[in-house]
Amino acid sequence: MRPTDVKDPDYFHKVVDCQYACPAHTNVPEYIRLIAQGRYTDAYLLNRQSNVFPGILGRTCDRPCEPACRRTRVDEKPVAICRLKRVAADLRDDVTDLLPTAPAKKNGKRVACIGAGPASLVVANDLMPLGYEVTIFEKLSVPGGLMRSNIPAFRLPEEVLNEEIDMILRMGVDIRYDSPVKSLKSLLDGGAFDAVFVGSGAPRGKELKIPGREEAAANIHIGIDWLESVAFGHTDKIGERVLIIGVGNTAMDCCRTSARLGGKSIKVMARKPRQFFKASPWELEDAEEENVEIVVDHEPTAFVVENGRLTGVRFQRYESTIDAKGKLSQKPLDEVFFPADDVILAIGQENAFPWIERDIGIEFDKWDVPVLDATTFESTRKGVFFGGDAAMGPKNIIWAAEHGHQAAISIHNHCEGIPLHERPAPGMNLVSAKMGLHEWSYKNDYNPVGRQKMTHVDLAERLREFGREVEVGFTPEQVAREVERCLNCDVQTVFTDRLCIECDACVDVCPVLCLTITSNGEEEDLRGRLSAPAENLDQALFVSGPLPQTRRVMIKDEDLCVHCGLCAERCPTAAWDMQKFDLLLSYAGRKTCTKAA
Amino acid sequence: MSYIRKPVARHPSLRANALGLTLRDYEGAMSTMCAGCGHDSITAAIVRAFHETDTPPYMVAKLSGIGCSSKTPTYFLSGAHGFNSAHGRMPAIATGAAAANRALTLIGVSGDGDSLSIGIGQMSHAIRRNVNMLYVLENNGVYGLTKGQFSASADPGSKSKRGEPNTQQSIDPVLLALSLGATFVARSFSGDKDQLVPILKAGLAHRGFALVDVVSPCVTFNDHDGSTKSYLYTREHQQAAIEMSFVPHREEIVAQYAPGTTREVAMHDGSLVRFSKVPDGYDPTDRRMVMDWLLEHQRSGAIPTGLLFLDPDANPEMHAASKTPEMPLTDMPYDKLCPGSAALDALQRGYR
Repeated sequence: MRPTDVKDPDYFHKVVDCQYACPAHTNVPEYIRLIAQGRYTDAYLLNRQSNVFPGILGRTCDRPCEPACRRTRVDEKPVAICRLKRVAADLRDDVTDLLPTAPAKKNGKRVACIGAGPASLVVANDLMPLGYEVTIFEKLSVPGGLMRSNIPAFRLPEEVLNEEIDMILRMGVDIRYDSPVKSLKSLLDGGAFDAVFVGSGAPRGKELKIPGREEAAANIHIGIDWLESVAFGHTDKIGERVLIIGVGNTAMDCCRTSARLGGKSIKVMARKPRQFFKASPWELEDAEEENVEIVVDHEPTAFVVENGRLTGVRFQRYESTIDAKGKLSQKPLDEVFFPADDVILAIGQENAFPWIERDIGIEFDKWDVPVLDATTFESTRKGVFFGGDAAMGPKNIIWAAEHGHQAAISIHNHCEGIPLHERPAPGMNLVSAKMGLHEWSYKNDYNPVGRQKMTHVDLAERLREFGREVEVGFTPEQVAREVERCLNCDVQTVFTDRLCIECDACVDVCPVLCLTITSNGEEEDLRGRLSAPAENLDQALFVSGPLPQTRRVMIKDEDLCVHCGLCAERCPTAAWDMQKFDLLLSYAGRKTCTKAA
Repeated sequence: MSYIRKPVARHPSLRANALGLTLRDYEGAMSTMCAGCGHDSITAAIVRAFHETDTPPYMVAKLSGIGCSSKTPTYFLSGAHGFNSAHGRMPAIATGAAAANRALTLIGVSGDGDSLSIGIGQMSHAIRRNVNMLYVLENNGVYGLTKGQFSASADPGSKSKRGEPNTQQSIDPVLLALSLGATFVARSFSGDKDQLVPILKAGLAHRGFALVDVVSPCVTFNDHDGSTKSYLYTREHQQAAIEMSFVPHREEIVAQYAPGTTREVAMHDGSLVRFSKVPDGYDPTDRRMVMDWLLEHQRSGAIPTGLLFLDPDANPEMHAASKTPEMPLTDMPYDKLCPGSAALDALQRGYR
């Protein structure tokens, strides 16, 4: 193998599994260390830089970081990254004076954002400080998009939502409520805007076209519409027996909301076995805690109507077998009937752009999704950008935030006359963490403590009061333990081959057998003859240049490194050093810069 | 010296041995050696040797004297017995331990100071008696604990860290042991675990005194230009002329070798030492030939390594020579072990 190029920020970035997995690349280990030091405000602001809504996301994020967390590979459970984010948001001081502000003198450029959801809000967040005049058109009378209409208040309190949205709006965003854009053509033809950003989400819930759908319409609800109707107080009750069709995160919100509106027997009906569910495992657990039953291997075949009223749903039952490769095959069994007073459909969402004319230069693909440049988010019409669920179909808030950042860079380039693909590459800072002979600027002592369990409000109490937030947040003791679980993957093991005397000290001391000094070879061959086999192909091998004494190479399997720094502590020549890695991302109008500069 | 404990996190693919123990179960406390010390590598090799031979830690006694090397038993097999004796006196303690409980596996760890200066008489007599133990001599040519004076194994002409040459002759523990009738004599290098681990395993299987002299660079006081026990010098001069593998007795012997290419020596516990590569005419069981060959090769500055001499039957092991019973003395009922004054009187009468 060729020596690893550690000058490429991507190598070390990939070692920080959580940050790499996060669409917005939030610097997780750093904010966890700040929380450990009690610097909640700093932790909050660091979060806000990349994900803009730490308080909201600390409660609702899909947490792609957690399954990626290295801790899952050496311990059982990941660090509670998401809930620690909430700790920073809950315990921070007033940050009003620390937030970006918009200059009084504008730059003369005007940007329209359609929809006041997370993607548009991030565009406004990034462009307002640069002097742009941003106008947001929102069809409802409140901002937030799906964050407000589809996430029930018992998961995300309204105050948290309002406060974080207000941090952006108060920069002077011109937000126009109750102003659905009915025609993109006329908005563009008006010529009032230099760029248009479409962040209108994926607002249409999928239909289930099976017999009885029309006849029973009064008791069959589309999940996202129903949640919105609950959020705005138009719906406040549901029948006792509720069936939810579909098993994504929207289904989880629907069943738990039903439990608070009078549902007594609530079943979530899934077509496939559990390991194929789209819902996050923790959302499933929370629903089951509220006595929601999850029924697998059932496919709805007909709504049963008697005397013009829904009485239940018929299902085809399946027997599932999963082969060694994880492929599912299902054999039909019998048909069964489940009685129900109400049915909620939560089987997915689609984009819908009835208000975009098809003759204005914006191309759509065969699924009616706009054709976009995957990097710039520009549509086929110059100056029109898409982001969030509107761009590439339903994802989640953290993706919307990242789309917003990227679209903002594009919009800025567009307005400045810079080619959209001229985007500053990410940079990095790498600074030694050495503070003394064997002291480091991070805590390298591995703590075997287990993941802290979030305390929930008592079941009866939470069902009594709809808006009662279920999760109470970590106690200070839990925070103190949970922060210790982070392995500080951003404190990198950096190797200088010319200093190595091949004493084997690092190889011998490594608790997880990451290191090997051996003759070089091809990757597949090397992976098999290391101190321990390197079987996780998603994790890179670091390969040094030839070592001075024997021309062998130092190999490090990044997979299980717990960043304890013992290799560096036991190295007599400082060939190994622990160095703190900082990924420098660029945002609109703010190029990457090294801190030294 | 690290201030933290080694993380308890383990590699999920760690192999369990016949006792269900992994490599990590054979570790000891965190080392306090200088970073990069050869001794730590030897410790790691010892951990591997015990793990791979399925040795129950509670049946092992770790014995040492004084010096950097003698601190290292703390860093392996925390589940074993241990005795840290006075300077150079470890062989006497080991002899006593072996006499009292012949069922124990004894490992003595010593250094060139402990064994070749203050303890040379002790070591010599342990060899002479053929005490059943693995004796690891961690040889770095300097007194590290007292800041790097030449030790008795420093080669004439090699330079101290300050540049002064050594003017005195060195004691070669390998030749010394051969001349004392040792039955198992090896030399290795801390930086060569592929060679060291099988030697240690064979040494554990050997019934009798197994001397393993390990060149173990002192990274603080003897790893400079002019040193003959530095990492670089040892790598440049090490001559792994004798290659062997250790075949435990319960392992099926599958490989077949053409006659003449390998040489097998049976150990008393049923295991085999298979010499796969030796120089032309070299016979690892011929003491005089081995001594001649070593004198010849060491003159050129080469450091021959490997299991240099092995003859399990050359001399009886201490218990065999003393005709002691098979049952460890510690297990023997007291009245049998000490039959009382009447029996003593009877014995003495027999001499009159």
